[in-house]
Amino acid sequence: MSGRIIGISGPTVTVDLPGLQLYERVTVGHAALMGEVVRLERGRVVVQLYESTRGLGIGEPVAATGRQLTVRLGPGLLGHMFDGLQRPLEAMRQKHGPFIRPGETLATLADGQEQAAFEEWPVRLPRPYKRKLSTFEPLVTGQRCIDFLFPLARGGSAIFPGGFGTGKTLLEQSIAKFADVDIVVYVGCGERGNEMAEMLDDFAVLEDPWRKRPLMERTIVVVNTSNMPVAAREASIYTAVTMAEYYRDQGKHVLLLADSLSRWAEALREISSALEEMPGEEGYPTYLGSRLADFFARAGVVETLDGKVGSLTVLLSISPPGGDFTEPVTQACLRNTGAFFMLDTSLAHRRHFPAIHWFQSFSLYETEVVAHLDQRVAPDWGALRQRARALLQREESLREVAEIVGTEGLQDADRLLMRTTELIRRRFLAQNAYTEDAFSAPQQTCDAIRNLLETHDAAAARLAKGETLQDILAVADAAAAAGTPAHATQPA
Amino acid sequence: MRLSQHSYATLRSVQGPLLFVDAVVESRMGEVVTIVFPDGREAEGEVLRIERDTVLVQVIGDSRGLDLDHSRVVFTDVVKRAPLSLAALNRTFGGSFQPLDDLPMFLPEKWAPVAGFPLNPVARERPQELIETGLSCIDGLNTLVKGQKLPIFSCAGLPSREIAARILEHARTSGGDGTGAGARSTVVFVALGLTYHEYAFYRRTLEQVRGDYVAFINLAKDPVVERLLAPRFGLTVAEYLAFEHGRDVLVLVTDMTNYCDALREVSTAREELPGRRGYPGYLYSDLASLYERAGRIKDCPGSVTMLPVVTMPEDDITHPIPDLTGYITEGQIVLSRELHQRGIFPPVDVLPSLSRLMQRGIGKGRTREDHRDVANALYMHYAEGRDLRRLEAIVGREGLSDADKRMLDFADAFEREVVNQGPARRTVVETLDLSRALLERFGLHLP
Repeated sequence: MSGRIIGISGPTVTVDLPGLQLYERVTVGHAALMGEVVRLERGRVVVQLYESTRGLGIGEPVAATGRQLTVRLGPGLLGHMFDGLQRPLEAMRQKHGPFIRPGETLATLADGQEQAAFEEWPVRLPRPYKRKLSTFEPLVTGQRCIDFLFPLARGGSAIFPGGFGTGKTLLEQSIAKFADVDIVVYVGCGERGNEMAEMLDDFAVLEDPWRKRPLMERTIVVVNTSNMPVAAREASIYTAVTMAEYYRDQGKHVLLLADSLSRWAEALREISSALEEMPGEEGYPTYLGSRLADFFARAGVVETLDGKVGSLTVLLSISPPGGDFTEPVTQACLRNTGAFFMLDTSLAHRRHFPAIHWFQSFSLYETEVVAHLDQRVAPDWGALRQRARALLQREESLREVAEIVGTEGLQDADRLLMRTTELIRRRFLAQNAYTEDAFSAPQQTCDAIRNLLETHDAAAARLAKGETLQDILAVADAAAAAGTPAHATQPA
Repeated sequence: MRLSQHSYATLRSVQGPLLFVDAVVESRMGEVVTIVFPDGREAEGEVLRIERDTVLVQVIGDSRGLDLDHSRVVFTDVVKRAPLSLAALNRTFGGSFQPLDDLPMFLPEKWAPVAGFPLNPVARERPQELIETGLSCIDGLNTLVKGQKLPIFSCAGLPSREIAARILEHARTSGGDGTGAGARSTVVFVALGLTYHEYAFYRRTLEQVRGDYVAFINLAKDPVVERLLAPRFGLTVAEYLAFEHGRDVLVLVTDMTNYCDALREVSTAREELPGRRGYPGYLYSDLASLYERAGRIKDCPGSVTMLPVVTMPEDDITHPIPDLTGYITEGQIVLSRELHQRGIFPPVDVLPSLSRLMQRGIGKGRTREDHRDVANALYMHYAEGRDLRRLEAIVGREGLSDADKRMLDFADAFEREVVNQGPARRTVVETLDLSRALLERFGLHLP
């Protein structure tokens, strides 16, 4: 059966091919561009095209494939970089040069490995499992602020929204490097090409700190940069999550990172608007919330069909317009996610990274995960956590007082507390991604905070005995200078 | 390929820059059409949408004088392409690539589609080679590297063009060793909706610089649709110079706000659903299709570096234009009205400014070993001083401790001595020496 193009608008084309199914894959035009059926009417089918429609002519042929958009699952995925339709980018570069031109023939996954065990799976269909489990094992990220204050659970989900320049990508890449999981699937969804180049460059030389193997061996990268076609951007997170599920089904712990979900939502909006659908909030289609809920539901700890236990954790960055968290994508995610790391612009301007706001963020996994860490790392993990949070909370109210009376007007004990919390912020919560400090194992994290709190207690005791704050701080500074702080320090 | 030229006199409607043509047998998306006016005048147009045999065409240029009965539209069967040749160097063109300098059009060596093709992410070379701009606030704290896109966020009335001109004049692609002996970049200058006065200023700068340049000029009086085309011509030429002739190309586009307004104008005429502030929902993708063309390619010597100027409407950094730009570009240089009022040039507010690609461009073997530590220390202490200014405004200087007072003084001195540099060009090494001296004067030692 064959048909013709009868209309072209933005990323969609209208065709007159009968007998198509919803979400069926079709090839469009002389160059056989790939597309997917998104709307069916008698004599008029709308196809979203995974390539630029530029240069496409009316009357060009359209052919059905009888299949949905699928990914190939099998060996040879790890260590590779694909576009949103799972085309291997390195093979495309070798075959066609540095630029991606529409209609380039699909290169196959040829890397010399056995390809016998391949399976095709439709990307929009979640892969089956026996049952979902409700366990809360910690997922250690190596980021102190997350592991200590807002811990993640394997099989959970988290979002981190932040305005531009708040370090979303850097945080996401740090977690991709250091997280304690078997497989990482990283989706660069509508983001910068140069950042992907940087990431590949870094990953090529780094090691997985947990298994001491080259980092790329456990990583799959799916990338659709912002200038690549918009519909393929929409498909990219489904392509990625399907590959992630494939490894989950082998009983592995998988982490899916997407940067950024907002670009996916915008692609959805662009296609919706080309389909002339009735817009919901801010022009997003009204099904944004349900699509997101479906996507979040693919995370979880499962017992696989053959009785293994695997997990899929989802971590998504969000780029809210104007840094305003009341926008629809952030709000829709908040209803589905288990943890929320709010990236704060004023922290970022101060170069406090990761710029996770310690009052606004939350983790719904904290009780269960902290219980695990109490057992596994240190029995006082939970207690230290409570302590640190209380101090930070107290600092916040002292800050308000200081704004009225000045820092000179504060009591010595309060000034000591503010100094301690400053150290907690600078040396503990902040973490420089460009130095060795970029990764902190749970034991290190625990020791670091215990150390800071013990120093504080000792100083407080001496203050109570009548020593002056000045003397105490002079001793503390000398001790600090002798140590090896990760960041630029300053005398108080 | 069509064997004959298709010419239609079946215009159904004209709305501003948009035409609907009926009964078109064959057409393609993005196809270039020639519109023949009743008086014989010709203008170019582009196919925007096709629904069966009705085609929506956007006129590039002035649509005044068109009618429904005598005008004709000729379909050319090609998408918009740019003529390329080294003969374009040191020439000035209009927004449709027509020569503006009284010289004849050059003979193109080749043609390339203006929309370009996305660069395969695995083919990108990581940008990490310094471009020394001669400005301390950029070189020291927000270092620019080859292949980066770093916009200048300005406000109406701030000297963004003086800063842009200074960068054009002083930028050198290497010379990070402190000698300042690097090479000049080839400049591609794209003016979008500028007033004649602004254009004359840039004109003088380009002449003074005496390096190679290609200019595309769309002034405020010129057709709005050309504003959408001019940056694409500029970038196509830049890619040609960089990736086929190995040149380091610096693309200065000013002002992106005019570009986005032109896009909004056309989008509204197309009756598309407006997004935030009336800009189309695809503004992000559209801007990305320009900004993402900056970069470097593996095993290829040239580079395309982009410096777009964005004037923030109402000084608002959350306005969709600076907001979406910031999400795509690798950092931003933010100008401050307050610093400008205090006579500081360049009035760059370093706290919200950022260069994402700085880390690999600085340090040992690139600039100097202590660069990262110096920059971090400056940031940290300056941020602290700025915080204290707020406190000082409430409790007065007397309410602050001596250490706090020192940080306040440091912040002032930093603005006056490091950010402020007047007309002088500073090498990176001079910037670092100056910064170190300042830190030491305030007893702030590096680790």
